[in-house]
Amino acid sequence: MRYALRRLPVLVVTLWAAITLNFVLPRMMPGTPADAALGKIAGQGPVTASQRRAIEVMLGVPHGSLLSQYWQYLKAIAEGNFGISYTYFPEPVSKVIGAALPWTLALVGTSTVLAFTTGALLGVLAAWRRGSRLDSVATVGCTFMTAFPYFWTALLLLYALGFVLGWFPIRGGYSSSVSPGWDWTFAASALRHSVLPAFTILISGLGGWLLGMRNNMMGVLGEDYVTFAEANGLPARTVALRYAARNAVLPSATAFGMALGMVVGGSLLTEVVFGYPGIGYLLYNAVVNEDYPLMQALFLVITVSVLLANFVVDLLYGFLDPRVRR
Amino acid sequence: MWRTGRKLVGTLWADRKARAGASILALFVLVAVLAPVLSPYSPTATSFARSAPASWSHPLGTTGSGQDALSQLLFGTRVSLLVGFGAGLAATSLAMLVGVVAGYVRGPLEVVLGFLTNLFLVIPGVPLMIVLAAYLPSRGVGTVLVVVSVTGWAWGARVLRAQTTTLASREFVAAARMAGEGTWRIVWHEIVPNMVSLLAASFFAASTAAVLAEAALEFLGLGNPATISWGTMLFWAENSNALLTGQWALLVAPGLCIALLASAMSLVNFGIDAIGNPKLRER
Repeated sequence: MRYALRRLPVLVVTLWAAITLNFVLPRMMPGTPADAALGKIAGQGPVTASQRRAIEVMLGVPHGSLLSQYWQYLKAIAEGNFGISYTYFPEPVSKVIGAALPWTLALVGTSTVLAFTTGALLGVLAAWRRGSRLDSVATVGCTFMTAFPYFWTALLLLYALGFVLGWFPIRGGYSSSVSPGWDWTFAASALRHSVLPAFTILISGLGGWLLGMRNNMMGVLGEDYVTFAEANGLPARTVALRYAARNAVLPSATAFGMALGMVVGGSLLTEVVFGYPGIGYLLYNAVVNEDYPLMQALFLVITVSVLLANFVVDLLYGFLDPRVRR
Repeated sequence: MWRTGRKLVGTLWADRKARAGASILALFVLVAVLAPVLSPYSPTATSFARSAPASWSHPLGTTGSGQDALSQLLFGTRVSLLVGFGAGLAATSLAMLVGVVAGYVRGPLEVVLGFLTNLFLVIPGVPLMIVLAAYLPSRGVGTVLVVVSVTGWAWGARVLRAQTTTLASREFVAAARMAGEGTWRIVWHEIVPNMVSLLAASFFAASTAAVLAEAALEFLGLGNPATISWGTMLFWAENSNALLTGQWALLVAPGLCIALLASAMSLVNFGIDAIGNPKLRER
């Protein structure tokens, strides 16, 4: 508990920095979002002063000094008021994001945990049989696999398993013939639609975990306590899993928080390819439609989620490794 | 420094994986340089039949606007290598600057730089890249290069900072300091030469990330769609539904090239890791 409390200020400062970055970024760039929207409308005819005012209010462009703008921005965030979406007018941004968030959380959460566990276990196996054919196939294969762009893997899977073989649906989060709700037909449809995106994230992420775990294991396998356990005649599986892997997994656990940002990024691209109704596809649409309020809020939501997840991983790490608690 | 460099290359070449990676990399550089000679047609010529399947005159078929896909693939190597190496160099320089200063200097600057590094480390790169690209008014290879460099330096900075901190407490640095050497000289002549393998590793790691990031940005249509690159090839292939019309070569070929280039860079990094950590060396 004391450890958690001590980590809290770091989290708060990081959160503040991320929120401020989100404020500064659009203001550092030439032109305001409202100008972009006005430019679009100006192409169709002259813009009156009242129209300009309406657009500026709609896009959340406050007037006044930078400091008062910042204050208004912080106040709006505290109230959960991210303005009105431009694409999904007149839906508020918070509602649009709220609808997309569960999809991404379920998809990315499940597939990342799966990728971590399978990758780590395979990494232990590869390190245990180092130099064997399995090891070289796994390391070279994984190097190649992690080099595949997420979206490309997604496209190939979509083509092979979705289009040619027709095993899985190609687009969307659920079939258009079912309506969202808590019933079995909807759940089954959603599950079927999530297989390909989840599989993409799984195989794109697996390699990194395997390679990382293998490297950690190589370090640990040289330690005296492992040799001692082996000399005691303990079964190989016990030595590998209970002596070596338990210690080797620690660096991977810290990497987990860091890799989360990458997984989130990769899953964004995956969602775009599959038209999956999550945060990533929403961000893509916001960018394409120049929906700045939605884009800004999405970036904030994504960053804050990753920061919070990192914080949780940090706490778990303190639980796993008592040495860092001091 | 020259002799350590040669020794490093020797160790690198002895590693089978690094050798394979370096050979593939050299091949790509050769293709990029010789693209005008190797390409059967101009990559921008739109005079051919549209969306033609693979044939002897167009081994990869033609694009939806009637360009020869093979010529585009060969010329596309240039953009990927340029952005990969360019952003790799920019990100590593930034990482070196921030990392070495944060590792060597004491006081508020160290705290601020360390915090900045950690912040950029946890902010997810792809969303930041997308948002940055969306805000920037001009779209082209230069923009992509800047965006990818800005989002890709943090990991290297962290590693280099840790190494600088340990090096700064070594005897030879203390000796140099007592001999009255200036900070600048100590950093350049005592510390940086001892980080060559780390610098090389973060360069290749940043380049790999840059190649993938560039492809992703252009695939999303956030680059300039008129550039000839692997990412824009994928963008146009997806836009003209190349897979559904059976022109899978338009998607497979650029994607495979990206994967091959990125894995060649990570293979080289395996050898560099082995220099730093002899346990990983192949026997």
